[in-house]
Amino acid sequence: MKSALKKKLFVTAVALSFAMAVPAAGIAGDTIKLGVAGAQSGDLASYGLPTVKAAELVVAEYNAKGGINGKKVELLIEDDVCKPEVATNTATKLVTDGVDVVLGHICSGATKAALPIYKEAGVVVMSPSATNPGLTQSGDYPNFFRTIASDDAQAKTEVDFAINVIGAKKIAVIHDKGDYGKGLAEFAKTFIEKSGKAEVVLFEGVTPGAVDYTAIVQKIKRKGADAVIFGGYHPEASKIISMMKKKRMTTTFISDDGVKDDTFIKVAGKNAEGVYASGPQDNSTNPVSVAAIAAHKKAYNSDPGAFYENAYSAALALLNAIEKAGSTDMAAVVKALQTEKVETPVGNINFDAKGDAVGVGFAMYKVENGKYVEVK
Amino acid sequence: MDYFIELFFGGLTRGSIYALIALGYTMVYGIIGLINFAHGEIYMIGAFTAFIVATVLSIYGFPALAIIIIAGLAAAVWSSSYGYTVEKVAYRPLRKAPRLAPLISAIGMSIFLQNYVLLAQTSDFLPFPALIPEFAFMEPVAHIVGSSDLVILVTTAVVMIGLTFLIKFTKIGKAMRATAQDKTMAVLVGINVDRVISATFIIGSALAAIGGLLIASHIGQINFYIGFIAGIKAFTAAVLGGIGSIPGAVLGSLVLGLTESFATGYVSSDYEDVFAFSLLVLILIFKPSGLLGKAETKKV
Amino acid sequence: MFPVKELKRSALISLWFAFLTFPIMVIKVNPIERTVDWRWDNMYFVAIGSFVISILSKVYLIRKERRSGRKKISRALTEPFMQRILREPRFLYPLSLAILVFAIAFPYFFSTYQTNIMTTALMYVVLGLGLNIVVGVAGLLDLGYVAFYAVGAYSYALLNMHFNMGFWTVLPIGGLFAAFLGVLLGFPVLRLRGDYLAIVTLGFGEIIRLILENWNDFSQGPSGIANISRPSFFGMEMSFDGGITYIYYLVVALVVFTIFVVNRLQNSRLGRAWLALREDEIACQAMGIDKTKTKLIAFSLGAFWAGLVGVIFAAKTTFVNPASFTFLESAIILSIVVLGGMGSIVGVIFGALILILMPEYLRALSEYRMLAFGGILVVMMVFKPDGIISNVRRSYRFKKHISHQTSDQS
Repeated sequence: MKSALKKKLFVTAVALSFAMAVPAAGIAGDTIKLGVAGAQSGDLASYGLPTVKAAELVVAEYNAKGGINGKKVELLIEDDVCKPEVATNTATKLVTDGVDVVLGHICSGATKAALPIYKEAGVVVMSPSATNPGLTQSGDYPNFFRTIASDDAQAKTEVDFAINVIGAKKIAVIHDKGDYGKGLAEFAKTFIEKSGKAEVVLFEGVTPGAVDYTAIVQKIKRKGADAVIFGGYHPEASKIISMMKKKRMTTTFISDDGVKDDTFIKVAGKNAEGVYASGPQDNSTNPVSVAAIAAHKKAYNSDPGAFYENAYSAALALLNAIEKAGSTDMAAVVKALQTEKVETPVGNINFDAKGDAVGVGFAMYKVENGKYVEVK
Repeated sequence: MDYFIELFFGGLTRGSIYALIALGYTMVYGIIGLINFAHGEIYMIGAFTAFIVATVLSIYGFPALAIIIIAGLAAAVWSSSYGYTVEKVAYRPLRKAPRLAPLISAIGMSIFLQNYVLLAQTSDFLPFPALIPEFAFMEPVAHIVGSSDLVILVTTAVVMIGLTFLIKFTKIGKAMRATAQDKTMAVLVGINVDRVISATFIIGSALAAIGGLLIASHIGQINFYIGFIAGIKAFTAAVLGGIGSIPGAVLGSLVLGLTESFATGYVSSDYEDVFAFSLLVLILIFKPSGLLGKAETKKV
Repeated sequence: MFPVKELKRSALISLWFAFLTFPIMVIKVNPIERTVDWRWDNMYFVAIGSFVISILSKVYLIRKERRSGRKKISRALTEPFMQRILREPRFLYPLSLAILVFAIAFPYFFSTYQTNIMTTALMYVVLGLGLNIVVGVAGLLDLGYVAFYAVGAYSYALLNMHFNMGFWTVLPIGGLFAAFLGVLLGFPVLRLRGDYLAIVTLGFGEIIRLILENWNDFSQGPSGIANISRPSFFGMEMSFDGGITYIYYLVVALVVFTIFVVNRLQNSRLGRAWLALREDEIACQAMGIDKTKTKLIAFSLGAFWAGLVGVIFAAKTTFVNPASFTFLESAIILSIVVLGGMGSIVGVIFGALILILMPEYLRALSEYRMLAFGGILVVMMVFKPDGIISNVRRSYRFKKHISHQTSDQS
């Protein structure tokens, strides 16, 4: 193919031409640019791709109606692999390309890293899935909003359920050492201790991906826990629950919306029966939600994935706020988000001063006959 | 005391799991001195092949025993083929290259194979069918040792003994030992070194495939990433026992598995891996070539 | 031109790959709905693809053979093109100057995004050069280099959060912390050789990450530390764009400084001691080199650079969490060193630019990005095992003149 010399030149040339390739900066003014950022490749891609699809559908719908105030909506989709250092690059790229509002990011860590960049540029950001409480409660990010309730609200739901409904006295709190899982577990621990009605007999993290969880399961048994609250995602949850079943344990297993995923039931199979998980309120009777899911089925011929409804709602809320504000100026959009109610798949919502959606909460679900059923 | 016994058996199972993967690492290292980072991926591919074949067969209604045998064979055949191909494509051209070149090639291969399975199959976790049946006679002790634990323990023991025999008493084993000692000399006495190395990769990969089938059946789920974490742990175990030594790999794995189990049971699983790696550092400080490794005396 | 035998061989190879990829590529099962999807087209793609690649590589090999036969004599006397440029000052100085001017002008001609990723790439240049001291020059295989990077980043994050210390104060402190940790790690593992050393350093890297992940009171655990201050410029606060450009220049300066120091080091007494250590420890001791001291200095110096870059990393992203410091990161930095050419400064620079910029520009390939990355790593190693630019060993050669009397003085 090439001689050694040519190859060296080739490599150099490729490196240089890479460096030269400046993406054409969009022509400002005639469109409204909606950025979509999140994990679109790598092991967390399944959490980020549904958001892209939601954004595409909402934007197509808006543009079919003639856009917002006569301007078409344009999508800028960027991958951040859920890594903070990549997320700053992603955010910089979006800001450089003249983004007006951003739907994303997916993971809390990446969102935290990216937010100062958007804040500086005066860009409003709305995440469908970043649940870290600090994002809204710290007050550091006036430009941040989300259509999902925060971890502490979720932990509160789980703990109330465990103590008041199940009547658990000894609770083992287990997490996956991750950003999301550990944060949630810590809130659960605090709430249990505050309630005074139950005690935390075990608070420990398991290593995600480890080949075997026998030891931790035995420890739960030894501590005599009558309920386990697990913070984390479904692969670890299903490993722990099947190990518990193998050890003939009947301890109640309560988990979070990382587990309230149909994949969990598929993987854990019959072991999943009787598992409780908290998740966003059931919207199956909400007409907007029904329409959103139908649109997805029509466009992609499959059921929507994780956080699809939250993302759909966020896209609607953002575009609605721009329309009502009549501009993409940050102050105006923020004001519109706080005052104008909008009909979305997660309900008729507006946002509080901190950036959390008003009226979006959690409900408890139980696996019965291979399906999540809301516990009334 | 009951608790101690439970943790002990839990540790043994975990150690045996590491051992099934560590054996492949140690064989390859013993012969060509390469840390084969792609070995974890070979294990993952073995598990995936077993999963695919087993599911297809169960859909077509084969009996349980036939499924486990055919799936095991298919996993072994394809894993060996991958092992053989990886060696030929990524390592053989580098046999005379600087020491680190094959290592980087191995890391590249590992990334490549992970993403290959991710793209060709899925990024989701998949439910692995429980191929190992629940034995009725195990029921009284099921809260301590499950059926799949027993199968894994027995398989590891059988595999270790078999391998030791293979290497001590067969012709190919002799050739392997000769190649490990001195490649040039082995060529001079008429050993086809290339073929011996290929055979090592094939045997090591087949073991990884059997490990993949048993472990995935024990855990009940697979995805494309399982090889990486298991691979690093197994490699640690192989070094702990003295890399290049077959009994060493098993001993190192058991020590590692027990340490992790007891650390979780009596201290905290938060620092499970910290204990594992600290133990490794400690042992290597006092025995720089691992538990059963031969101390290298370098002649000047 | 192409022998039939080779065609047959390629056909066999393509059959082999079709067989090899059969279960993973062709069959896709859905265990829940119990359906099987036979994707036979994938098999044809694999077969045709591997056939074409095998023919192409054969053509390459045949040409290479022909060429090396033709050039055998001339080759021995001439050095490769790149190395000749690097040796001749009259090429090297104007070239470096041109590159420096290009680097300085870069933010004026390119977008903020381009500047930002270039900054990242340059940070990896420094990391690569730091690891190069340990692996390339002193020959100590370190798979846990990222630990020192993490120490630097967390030094700044924590000192900034608790004591509100500024970037410029922490920069040297972070470097020194990392260097100190390098010595701490160095002591117990000095006795270990080769791959035993590799696994211990790997374990060490994991231990550091796990502590950061689990010890919440100290490091805020997996949720990380946010809102770290950006570096200030004599007390001035800067706009966002200005900040990025500022960090860019800072890193450029650091790269220049690192190249200068590493270059001087390699030609120093210490540098030659490292090389000797890499080649033969026993002979090295016999020559009276203090093995312990030399190794420890290599470890701590390598760690020092990682610590510096860590501080910059924390200042640039304004957020750190343990997920940024996994083993894969160590593996990538090591790949930079080996791919670029061990021991060669220019090589490491090329390696870093290629490996770090490649994934950014491969974004167009979206999900095939990492597949391509892994594949390219293998292919590059197979075709250039010495790295892109292999190190030129300092050699002292007697020049043979035709007249033998006045030979060796020149």
